[in-house]
Amino acid sequence: MRYPTNKTPFALFQRAACLVRMSKGFPSYLLKRQKGASTGSARTVLGAILLATTTTAFAQSIVITGATLAIGDGSEPIKNGTVVISAGKVVAAGAGVAVPAGVKTIDAGGKWVTPGIMSGFSRVGLAEVPAVKETNDTSARSPFSAAIDVAPVINPLANPIAISRTAGITRAVVAPATGTNIFAGQGAVVDLGADMSPITKARAFQYVEMGEAGVQEAGGSRAAMILTFKMMLREAQDYAKAPASYDGRSRDALLNRVDAEALVPVVSGAMPLMVHAESARDILAVLALRQDFPALKLILAGATEGWMVAAQIAAAKVPVITAGLEDLPSSFEKLAATQSNVGRLVKAGVSVSMGMLTGDDALQLRAATQQAGNMVALLKVPGATGLSWGQALRTITSAPAEAMGLGDRIGSLKAGKAGDVVIWDGDPLEMTSAPVAVWIDGVQQPLENRQTKLRDRYATPTEGALPKAYEW
Amino acid sequence: MKAYGRTLLIAALLAGVAGPAAARKDKEDAPPAQGASAEPDNPYPSTYKPYPGRPTAIRGATIFDGEGGRIDNGVVFLSDGKVTAIGGPDTPIPADIAVFDGTGKYVTPGVIDIHSHLGDYPSPGVEANSDGNEATAPVTAHVWAEHSIWPQDAGFSRALANGGVTSLQILPGSANLFGGRSVTLKNVPARTMQGMKFPGAPQGLKMACGENPKRVYGSKGREPATRMGNMAVNRQTWIKAREYQKKRAAGKDQTRDLGMETLADVLEGKIMVHNHCYRADEMANVIDMSKEFGYKVAAFHHAVEAYKIADLLRDNGICAALWGDWYGFKMEAYDGIKENLPLVHRAGACAIVHSDDQDGIQRLNQEAAKALGAGRRMGIDISDEVAWTWLAINPARAMGIAEQTGSLKVGKMADVVLWNGNPFSTYTRPEKVWIDGALLYDSANPKLRPVVDFELGQIGAGDVK
Repeated sequence: MRYPTNKTPFALFQRAACLVRMSKGFPSYLLKRQKGASTGSARTVLGAILLATTTTAFAQSIVITGATLAIGDGSEPIKNGTVVISAGKVVAAGAGVAVPAGVKTIDAGGKWVTPGIMSGFSRVGLAEVPAVKETNDTSARSPFSAAIDVAPVINPLANPIAISRTAGITRAVVAPATGTNIFAGQGAVVDLGADMSPITKARAFQYVEMGEAGVQEAGGSRAAMILTFKMMLREAQDYAKAPASYDGRSRDALLNRVDAEALVPVVSGAMPLMVHAESARDILAVLALRQDFPALKLILAGATEGWMVAAQIAAAKVPVITAGLEDLPSSFEKLAATQSNVGRLVKAGVSVSMGMLTGDDALQLRAATQQAGNMVALLKVPGATGLSWGQALRTITSAPAEAMGLGDRIGSLKAGKAGDVVIWDGDPLEMTSAPVAVWIDGVQQPLENRQTKLRDRYATPTEGALPKAYEW
Repeated sequence: MKAYGRTLLIAALLAGVAGPAAARKDKEDAPPAQGASAEPDNPYPSTYKPYPGRPTAIRGATIFDGEGGRIDNGVVFLSDGKVTAIGGPDTPIPADIAVFDGTGKYVTPGVIDIHSHLGDYPSPGVEANSDGNEATAPVTAHVWAEHSIWPQDAGFSRALANGGVTSLQILPGSANLFGGRSVTLKNVPARTMQGMKFPGAPQGLKMACGENPKRVYGSKGREPATRMGNMAVNRQTWIKAREYQKKRAAGKDQTRDLGMETLADVLEGKIMVHNHCYRADEMANVIDMSKEFGYKVAAFHHAVEAYKIADLLRDNGICAALWGDWYGFKMEAYDGIKENLPLVHRAGACAIVHSDDQDGIQRLNQEAAKALGAGRRMGIDISDEVAWTWLAINPARAMGIAEQTGSLKVGKMADVVLWNGNPFSTYTRPEKVWIDGALLYDSANPKLRPVVDFELGQIGAGDVK
């Protein structure tokens, strides 16, 4: 695979980056960005030096004017809005924002501007071709579970990352999948920038299956699943009390030492626990876990029947990340599925995000805008409960950011948030629209990927003077 | 584990088995009937009869006629189950009939999904219901998808209410090279499969290229285990089929073989071939094979690389039934691009949007919109009304039902959707759906939301979905 040559105006960096490209095989733009937000993954020493010396150079100062502007906080879009980005962050966004002098200005008249889209649930970067096992790092049959950490293995070069970025997805929640017991391990929040440091927040949450899938992992019954959960958390408490004396190797132990250690912050509430449960009864069972473990910081994933217990979810102040469009009794834990689930939950006061909870979680993060748009469509369906346009956008921007505890850093165009901005050629929730420009942390992103290359090669299907393999 | 598999079908195939239900029972199917054919030609006939409709007109709507035509401020008049008149605002309609104001709304022929597994992989997707792949041998041309259909699949009703789907082809899965016969249904709730069966629609034969057959059988240590094995088994089978067909045509005695009957009907042009095939090079092989043995492929399904050989498809008169934007979930889907549909269309080949999915079938209009927008961005200027052919007359032709439905032409079945806005918009849903002139979905009338037996008495029954 080949990447475009570097077209940034920053000659100094270009030169340095070219050295890296020659030695490492990485395209130069992959190493051009520093992110203050990163808590994260390891970088090469050379990369770290480069990034440290180019921090400010690549976060452009940009003014975007004339756009139909949506902030992402649930408010409705406004006409003729202005966005100012500087040093990688949003300086201001709204109507009547003063335009600073001497800054590159982009006229977005007739276009739309939103914060970058955030997928509330995905496995992007964990698989290139999910069915090709060598490329799929989503789950493992291994001795480990809760201690598994996806952050160091997110592949920023995975093509689905570039493809999603091209569709305006700038951040994503990435969860591991279970393979050993009900706990899958620790998920991350990532950005989809064209660089080698994808991590926004490592170890952002622990993921656990507590529905039909969890039942299978726990041996076959809900009673066993709940007991397994409680006993594992108690072992984590044992570990916390006396790490040195925790064995974890005896026949009675459910958790080895590292898995027990990984669950300590879950029990204390220092790390959110994302719980996948779909049915109304499983959701209530999850909420009831706080009777034994009051500090649990719960996030519900799935929650297809959430609308039936919306008041309880709202009272528990538990955010929900859901698929939005599920409306079939596709399993016995989804008998009451309806597309009005999201609208009813929001109406009850629940913070709802949307993500890839029904498949294609490594690939099709770009479905986010379709999910949101369809929530708006429900407003015109008699008897259905939908979302306003602004509320719908919130489910794929600020709501997932807040659910991940990152609402102060990403997810909207409020002053001080990361400069994740997308200019669209039309209403972003329409399937005929697409981004014309994307920034992440104030750095403009390439919008080419291998799909656009294939498109261009086969714009005419027949061969020219030479075979297709020479057209690149 | 995969907590969130794609559709049941895909997940099952990726796992290399026939499905969670993995039809793993020893093959004890009833042996083919013996002896000369005293049996009827059409042993499982349609019992579908159009439900009563009343003469109905829609005025003032934008009409896409399904063949590429558009009428602004149009009138469409339905009576006796047929389209009786269609035209501009002056089109005469009788007095004393139901007239709906379509101002600001759109009218199209009902959506046709050429690739569905509803009923064969129904909801709930439990093992006991998994009936879409007879993955016990690579050649199962003798099975008929219609014999697996469970009419109580709620997926049919969602496809109607949210997708405006009025006709659909149910295919066997793609585990096998020769998967069996397909059936075309009217999307009308019924007690029996026969009560849904599209009267007079030809059956199809499902075939499959590529990864699925070679993996399913290769993993069992059986042929085929490679793509060359796929082709070899295909060709050996066609050789037998031609011998069988020649004897049958000559009236010679031979043991009746259900699979060979299917293939002989293909060779005689009575059954249309629907070939699951992703890669361009494999489609080219299949095209040559069809010429070698003298049959015609109606459509390549999935065909994520159709855009690479759009000229070949055009020259051979083969449709490509495609997703809007699926890609990459397995190796042979790696080169999928959003511009597939418009590139195939621009080359002059027949492009079709299909679902292969219980959720996707509810939004085929949006899948088309993804492709339409991507095409326009690369300078392929296809109008909305022409793009609607991907959901209407093109699938109807590839299914052999274009004489009866697939466009709003006088005398055709009154399979009609009134949309509450432009159907390429995400914000648009069906407002009313007529099938053979009977109003079978009305978003304003909760009693016109079908509730299948499985849902009846369950939580959420009759809820807006």
